[in-house]
Amino acid sequence: MSAYRFLVNGSPAQVDVPGMRRLLDVLREELGLTGTKEGCGEGECGACSVLLDGQVVDACLVPVCQVEGRIVRTVEGLSLAARERGDLDTLQEAFLDHGAAQCGICTPGMLMAARAYLDAGGGPDDGAIREAIAGNLCRCTGYTKIVDAIAAVATPLD
Amino acid sequence: MPAEPSIDTPRHLFEAYERLAAGPTRPIAGGTDVMVAITGELGPIPKRMLDLSRIEELRGISLEDGSLVLGARTTYTEIRRSALCREHLPALVEAAATIGAAQIQNRGTLGGNIANASPAGDTLPILLAADAVILVGGQRGEREVPADDFFISYRKTALAPDELILHVRFPLPRGRELRFRKVGTRRAQAISKVVMALAWEDFGSTGWTNVRVALGSVAATPIRAHATEAVLDGAHPTPEVADRAAETLAGELQPIDDVRSTADYRRMVSARILHRLLRDAGGW
Repeated sequence: MSAYRFLVNGSPAQVDVPGMRRLLDVLREELGLTGTKEGCGEGECGACSVLLDGQVVDACLVPVCQVEGRIVRTVEGLSLAARERGDLDTLQEAFLDHGAAQCGICTPGMLMAARAYLDAGGGPDDGAIREAIAGNLCRCTGYTKIVDAIAAVATPLD
Repeated sequence: MPAEPSIDTPRHLFEAYERLAAGPTRPIAGGTDVMVAITGELGPIPKRMLDLSRIEELRGISLEDGSLVLGARTTYTEIRRSALCREHLPALVEAAATIGAAQIQNRGTLGGNIANASPAGDTLPILLAADAVILVGGQRGEREVPADDFFISYRKTALAPDELILHVRFPLPRGRELRFRKVGTRRAQAISKVVMALAWEDFGSTGWTNVRVALGSVAATPIRAHATEAVLDGAHPTPEVADRAAETLAGELQPIDDVRSTADYRRMVSARILHRLLRDAGGW
């Protein structure tokens, strides 16, 4: 057991756990951040996607020792400013407006993959959006509404 | 919850070497293979692990004496974004873009792909076709291993238990062309059914020289197709040569049926990929 410290959604976190504990388990079991879902547990489905230093990663494949000193964002911290106001992130609003969430298990991971894409300057191009969420499986929507929601946020307002 | 072996996170290479020399230790970099193996209980759980994520000596992309040198911890995302890789080794950039999706490309490393030594490892045929050289090191010193000698048998490599992969050197001979093609179930998140790299040098009237035909997912290791290379050496990529090379390749390969594909399909699609690459090269 060791103490690992890092930032989660802007706040310092410290956990005393084995270094090989998965970031996914630390978020859900130690920190109570259950927005991040476990789907396959082997990096295929993207349900556990979070941002690590701004890059989208599968939290099931990251041992917590590699998170020491780094910055984690989960769906709970998608937009810290919006959360302060009690609002949803623009991406979450767009998912609601476009019917991009059905059963919901893929939604947190989709939102994080989409956020990484947008934060990196991604635009409304259909192919680029599909590539950005290619690591996130959805068994309900057929993806079209998810792509539409991301494209809506990526489209500059006139 | 998955097993949680003890793990050390050294800052420097010499500390990593000390730990490796002390007894059986499983290195982990991006974790895209190791974490899956532990969670899925694929094989014995390592007793001790070694986290490479803080060792800066294993990073970096540079040009050195006419070679492109990539640190073992170079991620697929870093390869895709690297101006040096795009200019000097675009086939590797293409391969990196076909691996997993953003989540895997952000974490998975070139050194990890090599050490994991899956017969389906997407970058490995490029290493073979490009005559890459792998630098490994440990307390006993450093040594260079040609990619051709690295993959010994199914998931067994020339890497000793007390050694780490340090970097990969890709020579950049003038006039060499290198092509890559992967066939999987879908474009992302797919383990390949067939993966191929084709390299040649072309100095005009004498025909192609130093031809390399390298494949993954068609044998127990990534392999070169020597008989097919012999057909192409000294030849030009005409329709007749392409037919003969494709036929030779189909006869030369001995793939197997498994969950991802069948032997027949792999043999046929390998021949078709090669034919297509030769057609593109010949401009017909």
